[in-house]
Amino acid sequence: MKLRQSPSQTVGPYFAYCLTPEQYGYDFAAIAGNQLADETIEGERIRILGRVLDGAGNAVDDAMIEIWQADAQGRYAHPADPRGSNLAFRGFGRVGTGTDPELRFVFDTVKPGSVEGQAPHITMCVMARGMLSHAFTRIYFSDEEKANAADAVLATVPEERRATLIAQREDTPAGTVYRFDVHLQGAVETVFFDL
Amino acid sequence: MTAHGPFSPRDWDAHPPYVYPGYKSTSLRGPTKPLIPLKQTLSELTGPVYGAESVGKLDHDLTRNARVNGEPLGERIVVAGRVLDEGGRPVPDTLIEIWQANAAGRYIHKNDQHDAPLDPNFRGSGRCVTDGEGRYKFYSVKPGAYPWGNHPNAWRPNHIHFSLFGPAFVTRLVTQMYFPGDPLLDLDPIYLGAGEGARELLISKFDLEITEADFALGYRFDIVLRGRDATPAQE
Repeated sequence: MKLRQSPSQTVGPYFAYCLTPEQYGYDFAAIAGNQLADETIEGERIRILGRVLDGAGNAVDDAMIEIWQADAQGRYAHPADPRGSNLAFRGFGRVGTGTDPELRFVFDTVKPGSVEGQAPHITMCVMARGMLSHAFTRIYFSDEEKANAADAVLATVPEERRATLIAQREDTPAGTVYRFDVHLQGAVETVFFDL
Repeated sequence: MTAHGPFSPRDWDAHPPYVYPGYKSTSLRGPTKPLIPLKQTLSELTGPVYGAESVGKLDHDLTRNARVNGEPLGERIVVAGRVLDEGGRPVPDTLIEIWQANAAGRYIHKNDQHDAPLDPNFRGSGRCVTDGEGRYKFYSVKPGAYPWGNHPNAWRPNHIHFSLFGPAFVTRLVTQMYFPGDPLLDLDPIYLGAGEGARELLISKFDLEITEADFALGYRFDIVLRGRDATPAQE
């Protein structure tokens, strides 16, 4: 038996009171937010921030970004990870772009370790009003040049587009920040993957 | 080449394209360059795990989870069904999140300016986890239709938004459930953006078995997520 996949539909403009309720001030407990790691979690603390930009270069104020990542040792909190999960670190974050004054998304987390020999990376899912289907991409890190050069997934991406997947490290007084803008369209359209 | 098992690829004949001219906002927001195929690694074969511990006692009952001084107005409904993979296997213990407009067609979201009344006893969001057989059930009121700015006199059909994780991040799905016999469906570019022969899966079925006597009309809505390929992926 082969059933047909249920088609995707847009998340629309009004997802916040279900999917990101605490961030937007609705009286409903959120299952996830943009703080992935508290002080007890081992690893290098990093902040990831960026904007979602449309084809006219305008920041999108009703996108939702989800990230999925391994812990600092490269372990996923999921039964399919044979190494056994670090259950204290769930590795999932979710945030809307509608509450920051500059319409940024911000995640506070730890830098993931290498998974199966791949360069450290975070999987990202982008949804928005005006996107009928979600888009998957990956965040790589600018200070992992050697690992990035050897990464099998990055190698499948045309060289001139790889930079769209590399978050740029900045060491600020407040800590380590990686900047990662998502360009939905345009000359520097972010690489999206068919997973 | 888009097959990158173990999970079967997204069926792009079923899912809507990123740019769909009838839905205006897609023109500047839909990616235009071809997707890069990715052979699934542990990063794709794992995903967030949210089980029964993430769901509150009334989360599945939108008629009761936001009461202030009475019951929400509207026609009470039961929405129930199963989450399955493409092989027809149930997807157990997976989180479903839903949100919708109230019976008057108004969202509680602060950005919704539609001139229809809010209901003080209805928030319109909830969640539940499928059981061991992939079954789920929500109680709510039937959402109203509402106008939107896509084109002159544009109205969204009655719908409930559904968000699901499934067993891995690749099975992530956000979709909408519609109601049978809605004349707005054939005019709605969001619904029509999904492929012919697949979008019909988004229309729930009235079901007397799910209907609760003297209480609420029942609608059956099954959801099919990507499944594991029957045959191993070819290198």
